[in-house]
Amino acid sequence: MSAWKKHQIFEKNSLILIIGIVIMISIGGLVEIVPLYYLKSTIEKTEGMRPYTPLELVGRNIYVREGCYACHSQQIRPMRDELQRYGNYSLAAESMYDRPFQWGSKRTGPDLARVGGKYSDEWQRDHLVDPRSVSPTSVMPGYPFLMDAKLSTIEIENHLKVNALYGVPYTEEQIASAKVDLLAQAQPDSDAAEGFEERYPGALIRDFDGNAKEVTEMDALVAYLQMLGTLVDFSLYDEKANLR
Amino acid sequence: MYQGRGNLPPIELRSGSPIWTNLFTLYGANIMGERKVRYLSLEEGGFSLLLLAVAIFCLVIAGKTWDQVLAFHTALIALASLAGIFFIFRRYFDGNNTPAPLEINGKPNYNMAPVKFATWASVFWGIAGFLVGVIIASQLAFPALNFDLPWINFGRLRPLHTSAVIFAFGGNVLIASSFYVVQRTCQARLPGTIAPWFVVLGYNLFIVVAGTGYLLGVTQGKEYAEPEWYADWLLTIVWVGYLLTFLGSIWRRKESHIYVANWFYLAFIVTIAVLHLFNNASLPVSIYSTKSYIVWAGVQDAMVQWWYGHNAVGFFLTTGFLAIMYYFIPKRAERPVYSYRLSIVHFWALIFLYIWAGPHHLHYTSLPQWASTLGMTFSIILWMPSWGGMINGLMTLSGAWDKLRTDPVLRMMVVSVAFYGMATFEGPLMSIRAVNGLSHYTDWTVGHVHAGALGWVGYISFGALYCLVPWLYNKKALYSLRLVNWHFWISTLASCSTSAPCGYPVSCRA
Amino acid sequence: MAEHKKEIDQVSGVETTGHEWDGLKELNNPLPKWWLYMFYGSIVWSVIYWVLMPSWPLVNGYTKGLLDYSQRAVATEEFNVAAAERAETGKMLLEASLDEILNTPELLEYASAQGKVAFGDNCAPCHGTGATGFEGYPNLQDDSWIWGGDLDTLATTISYGVRSEHDESRFAEMPAFGRDELLEKEEIVQVANYVGSVAGLPTQDGVDLEAGKVIYEENCAACHMDNLKGDIETGSPNLTAPTYLYGKSVDDIIAQVNAPRHGVMPAWIDRLGETTVKSLAVYVHSLGGGQ
Ligand code: HEC
Ligand code: HEC
Ligand code: HEC
Ligand code: HEM
Ligand code: HEM
Ligand SMILES: [Ca+2]
Ligand SMILES: [Ca+2]
Ligand SMILES: [Cu+2]
Repeated sequence: MSAWKKHQIFEKNSLILIIGIVIMISIGGLVEIVPLYYLKSTIEKTEGMRPYTPLELVGRNIYVREGCYACHSQQIRPMRDELQRYGNYSLAAESMYDRPFQWGSKRTGPDLARVGGKYSDEWQRDHLVDPRSVSPTSVMPGYPFLMDAKLSTIEIENHLKVNALYGVPYTEEQIASAKVDLLAQAQPDSDAAEGFEERYPGALIRDFDGNAKEVTEMDALVAYLQMLGTLVDFSLYDEKANLR
Repeated sequence: MYQGRGNLPPIELRSGSPIWTNLFTLYGANIMGERKVRYLSLEEGGFSLLLLAVAIFCLVIAGKTWDQVLAFHTALIALASLAGIFFIFRRYFDGNNTPAPLEINGKPNYNMAPVKFATWASVFWGIAGFLVGVIIASQLAFPALNFDLPWINFGRLRPLHTSAVIFAFGGNVLIASSFYVVQRTCQARLPGTIAPWFVVLGYNLFIVVAGTGYLLGVTQGKEYAEPEWYADWLLTIVWVGYLLTFLGSIWRRKESHIYVANWFYLAFIVTIAVLHLFNNASLPVSIYSTKSYIVWAGVQDAMVQWWYGHNAVGFFLTTGFLAIMYYFIPKRAERPVYSYRLSIVHFWALIFLYIWAGPHHLHYTSLPQWASTLGMTFSIILWMPSWGGMINGLMTLSGAWDKLRTDPVLRMMVVSVAFYGMATFEGPLMSIRAVNGLSHYTDWTVGHVHAGALGWVGYISFGALYCLVPWLYNKKALYSLRLVNWHFWISTLASCSTSAPCGYPVSCRA
Repeated sequence: MAEHKKEIDQVSGVETTGHEWDGLKELNNPLPKWWLYMFYGSIVWSVIYWVLMPSWPLVNGYTKGLLDYSQRAVATEEFNVAAAERAETGKMLLEASLDEILNTPELLEYASAQGKVAFGDNCAPCHGTGATGFEGYPNLQDDSWIWGGDLDTLATTISYGVRSEHDESRFAEMPAFGRDELLEKEEIVQVANYVGSVAGLPTQDGVDLEAGKVIYEENCAACHMDNLKGDIETGSPNLTAPTYLYGKSVDDIIAQVNAPRHGVMPAWIDRLGETTVKSLAVYVHSLGGGQ
């Protein structure tokens, strides 16, 4: 009986009750979150991860803005059927620059973690403008307004700066030329394209939306989609060393 | 805290005359030192300063930003703050800012006006949220209903639905009921005159800012934590006010022990504050941009997100609503709570264990497997502590079961507790990795959600609202018990079909 | 601070805790036994699970558990086993000629089944679930081929794609006669109407088809051949068949001659692997349009 009596201290004193609550709710979070920062096994060693180009970053923000994560995951689970359908399971390393992460929790549509390069720009465009023109039974909304929305370049340097502050390895040069690079990636024939190529080797430079006159939000979103899952070089990935 | 000004000579204010005349009187009086001016109370002065600071900060942003949505939102917040200052000073100059007596004829003089406001706000947001739920369900069936428009496409409306039902509807029910329950169970008036209004109005302002933001494409992209940095800051300020106002009543309590419902309310308020701060730790691109980047990235962000997301369920939708259960069911059934000891054990076990269960949202992902194991096992240990609440709720009716036949409100709350038991059985089941491998990413999750959300949260809320409204307005009974009855049967049928994994969302899709 | 006396609840006969809040009281019932035992049970079960599986984080690692289980290893293993099973049939498939495949029911069934699944996941978005195509994406069911419809050719097209990022991609580019000002507007209208007339499309009134024919022979025949039947070698489509990629009217032809669309067919060999590509080729071939 007396053990129950001891509980009265919480019932009689609101501050002790609060302290008790705070202690109780701290433990689980600390044990599960803190080790993810110091355990080396958390993020696999890979070759090829690079920060997003300004255009991809803006495209990603459009993906977030339109709530694509409500229907699409970006997380291939280590299960046989998913490996067969989508390719290698997703690594933690592949989302190490993702703020916020976009793994999703619902698959109304397919997983998009490795959709990059799977279809042509033209298809992505057709599909985003009118999904039912290429997938008659699709329930995905159409996003034709992206074609008309001119890409805003305002404050793009600051976007890179905030990420750099968090440790994303953007160079000073990349930050300084963010505005130029943002447009150059969608203008393969422009003078700036060369500089962009030097700053982001291997990144795609194309007129993603098929409208050479303008850089639109569609350019950005398609650039982002076409990059998804293409960065890590799996021929150099040592699976055994990264099992967990 | 009220600073009495009893000794100061009364100031003659021409109440009824426009505010600027009064202002002038005050100003003039001050300058000429003719009459000693009475002071604002600490509460009035403090809130005025706070609101002024908020208004100035927002006006600067509104004036300088290139982002129209941010300009709109900051102007709205500034306007609301200035309106707040206006009302504080109007009361002051009208001379009716004497604090209400704590007791009248030895009986506590409860402050029920903010409770009434939050009650009606919850009704309003509830209808809005359900309506949006129906719209997005229809969009899944007929994608043409997206109309190819940005503002109302599924991806933007779905977060509007989840936030509207959880935070707008649920949040207002929680605020209304907590302010009611804490006053009644402590036999004490809420502290302050402005503070409770600040909480209620500030919270609803936050909802308007967050909700319109979703439609205009402002989102952080984290489920159940979509509002952007400035809305998060607003909520933080309001929430601190909430905690202090709630605690203030507890400190005035007449009964030396704190009632069990208030333990749950406190755990809910404190924990949501902690979750909110960590899951929204972000830096805006600049203060002139709606866009921010979260400090956590990738796998760590995923863990923080679902530590938050699961405990939004655990502390918002469970702990908070258990508090409601612990007041309204015994009150309505006129029976004592079944077991004090069960209350203690299941309370501490629940809050300790819930925090661990987040990783069950990340099974088979690139979250390390050890974390996934912890999430799964703690979810299973969580089963009985959850059912502890159900037992205490249901068994409270022992000796009063016959009331179910005549009282549809009580019946609603009992069914709600049954749904709670169902959802907290299904939850641990879905936390088992192998099961989750099947259920994750599918409509099964959506079914589970609505068993919990509609069945438990929805019903206990309706039950509480049906109790509250007549009590608040000193009516003997509801307008029509038969209507409640109808509501009960229609919605039971509806939510059974929604909650069944093969229910509404799926049949819409098919 | 009113302290209340404990009392016995009339209905249940159980003692209350003696406190009262707004008329509410608490009974002092003990914890239900079954509840407590199930609670203990779930804890015991979890402890056993922790001993077996990776679970607790440590300072520089985590407890691996007696089973040292890793979902990643398991999935890769399962995947490899399935791949090995496939590899045997797949190898036979790769070595077999078309005739052999068609005549070996086991191989044919296997290839068609695998090809069908892969087609649904990867190709249907462009070519449609029934492989009948969409505007800009060719129909694979008819007997009209841009690059050729025999098994090997199909396998090559699918492996490396058309105008794809792959180094060995098929490549064919039609000049942009309008955009690059190789032909006058007038001339483009004429040649388009001529082509349309041969293809049996409604032509525009008052256009000089003879002039169009000349322009055709000078500018187009090199690729699309004199008889307009196209050339599989260079990937120039047949212009007489009613199987145009880009719409089916003279206006569409004008648009194409003005600035060709140059649709991209992705390369699949790196994503899907050789066996799957071969199965796909067999599947596409079996659709009814195979040569
Ligand atoms: C209502 C749910 C929904 C929303 C919201 C949605 N999608 Fe989809 N998506 C689908 C469905 C269903 C499919 C499969 C059918 C199809 O191809 O359209 C799909 C397919 C896709 C595919 C092709 C994937 C593949 O491998 O075949 C891409 C790429 C895609 N969506 C991108 C997006 C982007 C980008 C957004 C946001 C701007 C988005 N989706 C929003 C439902 C949705
Ligand atoms: C991004 C859209 C896209 C996807 C996905 C795609 N294709 Fe294609 N495919 C095309 C286009 C465009 C062409 C026409 C290229 C040209 O103009 O020569 C084509 C041409 C072909 C051809 C040649 C047709 C001919 O007439 O010679 C074959 C065969 C083919 N595709 C098979 C496939 C198979 C099998 C898959 C799936 C593994 C697939 N395609 C996926 C767009 C696509
Ligand atoms: C250098 C080779 C070449 C020349 C010269 C050429 N074409 Fe083409 N043509 C192609 C190729 C390759 C394609 C497929 C390109 C594509 O998919 O956009 C094509 C496609 C077309 C199509 C669309 C076929 C379809 O299925 O929709 C038309 C119509 C056409 N050509 C007409 C002409 C006419 C008229 C001329 C002369 C004025 C011409 N072409 C000259 C190579 C050529
Ligand atoms: C009229 C009542 C309702 C309808 C028609 C409805 C409909 C829907 C639909 C269609 C979805 C999206 C499912 C999908 O993406 O496939 C959804 C999701 C959701 N709803 Fe409701 N809903 C209703 C009531 C509620 C209530 C009362 C709550 C909470 C208190 C709620 C909470 C949620 C949540 C949390 C999700 C997200 C589920 C997930 O991410 O897994 N809903 N609802
Ligand atoms: C012991 C109690 C519970 C446990 C262990 C539990 C467990 C789970 C699990 C395993 C999922 C699926 C995660 C996934 O695969 O994506 C889930 C989703 C969810 N549950 Fe529960 N659940 C419990 C109680 C509840 C209750 C009472 C509610 C509502 C009031 C609720 C609301 C939700 C919501 C909203 C989601 C969807 C999250 C998302 O957006 O993906 N749960 N829960
Ligand atoms: Ca979800
Ligand atoms: Ca462009
Ligand atoms: Cu959960």
